[in-house]
Amino acid sequence: MLEFTSVNLRTWAKLGQRGAFFGVAVFELAQKYPNLMILTADLGYLSGLERFMNQHPDKFLNIGIAEQNMIGVSAGLADEGNLVYATTYATFITMRSCEQVRHYLGYMQSNVRIVGSGAGLVMGFSGNTHYTIEDISMIRAIPNITILSPADATESVKVALASAAHNGPVYIRLTGELSNPMVYKEDYAFEIGKAVTIKDTGDITIFATGSMVYNALKATELLEQKNIHCRLVNIHTIKPIDLKCIAQANQHSKLMVSVEEHNKMGGLGATIAEELTSMGAKAPLLRLGIDDTFRHVGDYKYNLEQNGLLPEQIAKSIEKRILSI
Amino acid sequence: MEKSLELSTIGLANKLRVNSLEMAYGTGNNGSHLGGGLSTIEIFATLYGSLVKYNTQDAFNPDRDRVIVSKGHCVLAYYSALNYVGFISGEELKTFEVNGSFLHGHATRDLSRGIEFSGGSLGMGLPYAVGVAIAGKKRNRNYHVYVIVGDGECNEGSVWESFMSASHNQLDNFTVIIDDNKLQYDGESEKVLNLGSLQNKLEAFGFSTHNIDGHNVAQLYDALTKKAQGKPNAIIANTVKGKGVSFMEHKKEWHHSRLTQEQFDLAISEQPVIKTISHA
Repeated sequence: MLEFTSVNLRTWAKLGQRGAFFGVAVFELAQKYPNLMILTADLGYLSGLERFMNQHPDKFLNIGIAEQNMIGVSAGLADEGNLVYATTYATFITMRSCEQVRHYLGYMQSNVRIVGSGAGLVMGFSGNTHYTIEDISMIRAIPNITILSPADATESVKVALASAAHNGPVYIRLTGELSNPMVYKEDYAFEIGKAVTIKDTGDITIFATGSMVYNALKATELLEQKNIHCRLVNIHTIKPIDLKCIAQANQHSKLMVSVEEHNKMGGLGATIAEELTSMGAKAPLLRLGIDDTFRHVGDYKYNLEQNGLLPEQIAKSIEKRILSI
Repeated sequence: MEKSLELSTIGLANKLRVNSLEMAYGTGNNGSHLGGGLSTIEIFATLYGSLVKYNTQDAFNPDRDRVIVSKGHCVLAYYSALNYVGFISGEELKTFEVNGSFLHGHATRDLSRGIEFSGGSLGMGLPYAVGVAIAGKKRNRNYHVYVIVGDGECNEGSVWESFMSASHNQLDNFTVIIDDNKLQYDGESEKVLNLGSLQNKLEAFGFSTHNIDGHNVAQLYDALTKKAQGKPNAIIANTVKGKGVSFMEHKKEWHHSRLTQEQFDLAISEQPVIKTISHA
């Protein structure tokens, strides 16, 4: 039984979201669910599954570099009663096999959990083919799929456990590097569909998801030095989105901000904007994310900087926006 | 194949063909997928006539055989077969392609009706079937997985990904039946995308193969009952698109089309078993 002790949380942080998921959480799943199957498209070692494949060869299936087939095989296994996780890079699992995800997970509602790793800009010099900036937008438009986007390695473990108990297809979006900075230093309550309010004072509400929860957290600290106080909400479930928390923020904020490591179009910010439009926005929404373009590439930090997603840049953007209100 | 079974299977095929024509006529101006439906009649007749393990009273039985129809547009034959075995009633069959009916133009998964898989997008059934077959092996289930694909469908890359997977995993509980009717939407398959010898390709992919006349139920039966050990099975069923209706055979125009009353009457008159047809 996994324990959410502070020592464990620090250990998991070193492994990153992917390492915590496939190097730690899956063993708990294997113990709890004898019908567990993990599939990969030739990314077993890279996903941190080496120990799992050695200990549970009967629960592991390498499909080869054939993502479309992997999703189909996963669906067949799931419909025969297996608890199936399929994983490769987020870009390939959502885009190479997009129609498969739509067909099996969306249309047939096969109970498959797809886990995309390296989402966002973390793939550095591998370049734009390996970045994933469109996945939330694409998967969100497909009916019946829950989208989970953990903020740190600890939440990645929470997502692994919660997704196993969840009934229905799920897309899990893993972001950030090894040594994922810790958002959570102690155990907390996690529930699919229920956003977590990390900071609750101030008349600015920041909604963040994935790796950007930490950067937004740091941004709030920088802003506090200037006496600007922000609420921070971790939207770990992008679909179905927590409407209550958006409505609440809409009532009590003079500015709302969304921060995501995803194209500004179609992702978290767009989701919130759609809901705010429907409920009647009482304050503006500043959408921070990846610009709608393919750039020359660089390391992770460089890429974030190019898109204004470092903590000090987020803080500056918010500060600037407040001045115009 | 015993002679009596052969004769009854031929009889069933005739019945399914007439039923398919009635269904097609019933769609009126909407039309339906006639060509690829009629080319699969004998395949469905042979499967459901004697080979497939099913139980309409226990549709979810975990040991039932899995028939996965990947070329989802052959519903005329498929629904007719499910009607014959009792999964779909005659009344329900009349709702084929009626607004809001569960009998879509491409079959949609509904285990209570014996439908394992949602077809419609080509190249989707095979990967799924591989997963179902692997699950059967892992759980020591005694079911066989039959997948029906079209030759045109074999243009899709995902088909070949799953052929590799079936072979790699030594799925001898898996049989793919290719309805090789040699026509696709834009014309002759070999002119659209020449696949060469499907048999040679599948042999090279590690399958045990049979290359047969897909309208000969005895050949189908023999090929379907000769299952290999340690490798997946492939049956290349050489068929005729629009089989059994003179003016439809080998005509790409009948891939999806509507039937006038004159055409329907003529088509029915060509069938060996003439039934009294009541059309509304």
